[in-house]
Amino acid sequence: MGDHHHGPAKGLSRWLFTTNHKDIGTMYLWFSFAMFILGGSFAMIIRAELFQPGMQLVDPAFFNQMTTLHGLVMVFGAIMPSFVGLANWMIPMMIGAPDMALPRMNNWSFWILPPTFLLLASTLFMEGGAPAFGWTFYAPLSTTYAPPSVTFFIFSVHVLGISSIMGSINIIATVMNMRAPGMTYMKMPLFVWTWLITAFLLVAVMPVLAGAVTMMLMDIHFGMSFFSAAGGGDPVLFQHIFWFFGHPEVYIIILPAFGVVSQIIPTFSRKPLFGYDSMVYATASIAFLSFIVWAHHMYTVGMPIAGELFFMYATMLIAVPTGVKVFNWISTMWRGALTFETPMMFSLGFLVLFTIGGFTGLMLSIAPADFQYHDSYFVVAHFHYVMVAGAVFSMTAAVYYWLPKWCGRMYNETMGQTHFWISFIGFNLTFFPQHFVGLAGMPRRIPDYALQFADFNMLSSIGAFIYGLSQILFLYNVIATIVAGKPTSEEKTWDGAEGLEWTVATPAPYHTFETPPAVR
Amino acid sequence: MCFDAKRLLKLTLNPVLILMAWLSAGAHAASDKINEVNMSPGVTAVGRDIFDLHMIIFWICVIIGIIVFGVMFYSIYYHRKSRGVTPATFHESTKVEIAWTVVPFFILIGMAVPATQTLVSIYDTDDAEMDIVVTGYQWKWKYEYLSETGENVSFFSNLRTPQSEIYNSEQKGEHYLLEVDEPVVIPVDTKVRFLVTANDVIHAWWVPELAVKKDAIPGFINETWTLATEEGIYRGQCAELCGKDHGFMPVVVNVVSKEEYADWFATKQAEAAEIKELMAQNFSLDELMERGKGVYERSCLACHGANGEGGVGTPIAGSPVATGELKGHLEIGINGVPGTAMQAFGGQLNDVDMAAVITYQRNAFGNNMGDLVQPIDVFNHKKG
Amino acid sequence: MMTLSNNPAIDTALKLVGVAVAMFAFVFVVMVPLYDVLCDALGINGKTSGQAYTAVQSGVDESREVTVQFMATNNDGMPWQFEPSVTMMRVNPGASNDTVFLAANPLAKPMVAQAIPSVSPSRAAQYFHKTECFCFNHQPLDGRSSTEMPLQFIVDRELPADIKTITLSYTIFDVTEFAANTVAAR
Repeated sequence: MGDHHHGPAKGLSRWLFTTNHKDIGTMYLWFSFAMFILGGSFAMIIRAELFQPGMQLVDPAFFNQMTTLHGLVMVFGAIMPSFVGLANWMIPMMIGAPDMALPRMNNWSFWILPPTFLLLASTLFMEGGAPAFGWTFYAPLSTTYAPPSVTFFIFSVHVLGISSIMGSINIIATVMNMRAPGMTYMKMPLFVWTWLITAFLLVAVMPVLAGAVTMMLMDIHFGMSFFSAAGGGDPVLFQHIFWFFGHPEVYIIILPAFGVVSQIIPTFSRKPLFGYDSMVYATASIAFLSFIVWAHHMYTVGMPIAGELFFMYATMLIAVPTGVKVFNWISTMWRGALTFETPMMFSLGFLVLFTIGGFTGLMLSIAPADFQYHDSYFVVAHFHYVMVAGAVFSMTAAVYYWLPKWCGRMYNETMGQTHFWISFIGFNLTFFPQHFVGLAGMPRRIPDYALQFADFNMLSSIGAFIYGLSQILFLYNVIATIVAGKPTSEEKTWDGAEGLEWTVATPAPYHTFETPPAVR
Repeated sequence: MCFDAKRLLKLTLNPVLILMAWLSAGAHAASDKINEVNMSPGVTAVGRDIFDLHMIIFWICVIIGIIVFGVMFYSIYYHRKSRGVTPATFHESTKVEIAWTVVPFFILIGMAVPATQTLVSIYDTDDAEMDIVVTGYQWKWKYEYLSETGENVSFFSNLRTPQSEIYNSEQKGEHYLLEVDEPVVIPVDTKVRFLVTANDVIHAWWVPELAVKKDAIPGFINETWTLATEEGIYRGQCAELCGKDHGFMPVVVNVVSKEEYADWFATKQAEAAEIKELMAQNFSLDELMERGKGVYERSCLACHGANGEGGVGTPIAGSPVATGELKGHLEIGINGVPGTAMQAFGGQLNDVDMAAVITYQRNAFGNNMGDLVQPIDVFNHKKG
Repeated sequence: MMTLSNNPAIDTALKLVGVAVAMFAFVFVVMVPLYDVLCDALGINGKTSGQAYTAVQSGVDESREVTVQFMATNNDGMPWQFEPSVTMMRVNPGASNDTVFLAANPLAKPMVAQAIPSVSPSRAAQYFHKTECFCFNHQPLDGRSSTEMPLQFIVDRELPADIKTITLSYTIFDVTEFAANTVAAR
């Protein structure tokens, strides 16, 4: 990370023992990118097998391992750690704090991640293969019928949970206690707000996931029957517990993305964010609603109709605060002075595609219609519009947006624009046709499909390869910037940017805000 | 650093045009289901309700999308810095903000009303004229017709697509992966209740055109129903990940006229009676081998290979079981090997088929044991 | 609010650790029991009570008949022959009814089975009372032997009028190993 004026130790020990929020943030970001590539290569295997009907490259059992690991690695290895890395870098700089509140815990929460993912990836080489029961690991496929590697999977999930909880506690402790004088809650940048709420969600639901896998462990190894009907348990109980975690989890992924976009759009509109207060309230309402909608993932499981209706109405309600956010972003752009640098392009891409993902989400919330959509490729298309075009696009925007501040060098704009357009086209080519095959009746998680789905699947695979390749361009652009980008020392990289992070020197010195800044 | 907005607009529109071309191309081919882009209304009233609901919500989303994106692209074009605009400074408007909180709320209520009505009708399982128990197995379906009088009719429904098509050594047929050896048959214009359960893991029974999808949960029963108004063959698949061959357990429902159904059902009952009779007979080696080959291909081949070479299962060619004592072979075939993928087939195959397949395994693939198993042997083994 | 540490950041952190631990406990002490309670109350998965019904019905409702269907399913790896003695009964709400399920163990070794009931439609579950049922206990059976397993039930007089057919399904599980390792769960 460029040349620092004072502080960092030299060599490997700098990274191993660092308690500096910027070092830890950097490690999180690189780690998550590595996981993004790993999870992406699993996706490439999936799309290559689905390129045409028939089994060509892998066998069905391995295909299931790929879908499972792709989901787990992307959710827990790529998206979540990338936003934690961003939080590490930016939150102290945004609230005028010298570092995170609990720097040593910060170091641990990062360093337990790489060995855990190494363990998870190593299950591929174990007898019986890696977990093959999907990232949602429904019992009894994940208990009675699981490969032996499930025990390592459970251990991995426990450690990941501990890492996330430590990271979240740190963020909450930092935001609550380390704000510069005058930085009231309602003056905090929206990225800080969304992360604060996300962190509370994480502290509340990661233990629930831990509980679910602990019950699996007890069922598998200690003769308990939480999820087996034979001993008085119920496999459906697993789904309730999982989605009680799982639905807040998807907001954990998307809320920081909302925060990033809420920073970037005002900058390139040269106009303050529209409806700051309603943004905060909308975020809080989404977080609250996320706890009472979990069973909309289970409409076909056989619930009493009253339950089905309750979850349908509650889920539909989420459209209101989400709509407020989209309207606010567009009103921010309205009568601004817009420019379209790479971060803005990715944010606009986010805005359009996330909204489409929101629309399909609304369609999926309608319980009777979900009887047709459920577990089809329509769902796959929906959540990739939200996860990839939502979370990943906004993360990419964030990297382009703050990279000059991080390393004091400017990225190559042409390459950035190229990256955006290839990603945008590749992404839509991959996932838009999946709406069609899903509606036409193609179930998800199948290694082979009927002939009428062949054309769209081929198109989808081509799109996936394009999108995958565009990430290599991204990697190249970032490395080229760090190594040989055009040096910049302007404090404000972007003329429309607001916030404390733009008041420190560029590149950001190793220690910032050792004396708290004054906030108006 | 600023980007040319005209080029931007053009570039943004292009994918949309391509997309529209795709959509219209899809609409032309829709008749034969190739490249179908939309949900099928199917052949039931509920299916048509769901389809209408789906289209209403789709168009509401399209309209909202046109407004929202219209405003956005207007802003992108007219409020760009390169036109020399000075940015405004407004950042809130209570009226507008209240409006766009309240209006969507009412739109949602408008959607919730028909959705609730459809859901209520989906849940109305009363007054079914017949009941079929659907049981999910790794990786096939079993259907059992509950009969008010006399014997229930039950059979397994396996994927019929041969491995050679799946592994690309032969041309794939028209209904690749959506064909079974024995479809479930139901009469037209009849309310049929499905009681859905599973033998091992969770499956989901899905036939898009009958608007039926229900999870099959081991230990519990779920219920759902359909009332098909048109005869035809309707194809679906398992929708819940259930292990290795999740993609290879299709559902085929044959909706026929009431008369045809009555004939079919009578034939099935007669077949069941015939099997009972056959059980008392003795067969020649050739008869058993011929029947056994068919049974082997349906029930054993997926795991043990076309030439008994093994796969998920152990090889049968030269295996100590198939070339060992008959009693041990019968035991494994009938009761399975607990804790492995080798299921207990005693409940899945009738005694004639069991006798035939064991005879086949002992004499095919170079095993040449020369002994033959009669149904009565199977029956006796089961009884002990 | 109580403070746990003089360092405000550590104080916040400790409280949050408390929240996390509480949420972990919440899964076990609230969600699992609550799910069971809701299942019994709402008949989720058609679950019926695991205990014998002891209340008394206020007479037999002769004015209507309800069809009760019986179903038997073997879970994976359960080799027993298991079937209802009759597939269907017509009963009056409030009346006590008896039937038996037939079970045979074809293997040479003694085995233990557990039958799990499930009622469809699920909203009928709370109106289906078993006064005696083989599903209340583990059912041991010697090798190569068979037995009749009794069931005695009452359909509640309060059963909603629109329910005319009730299906009672039993899935039978092999719990031989489980029973050897643990005390009967129910």
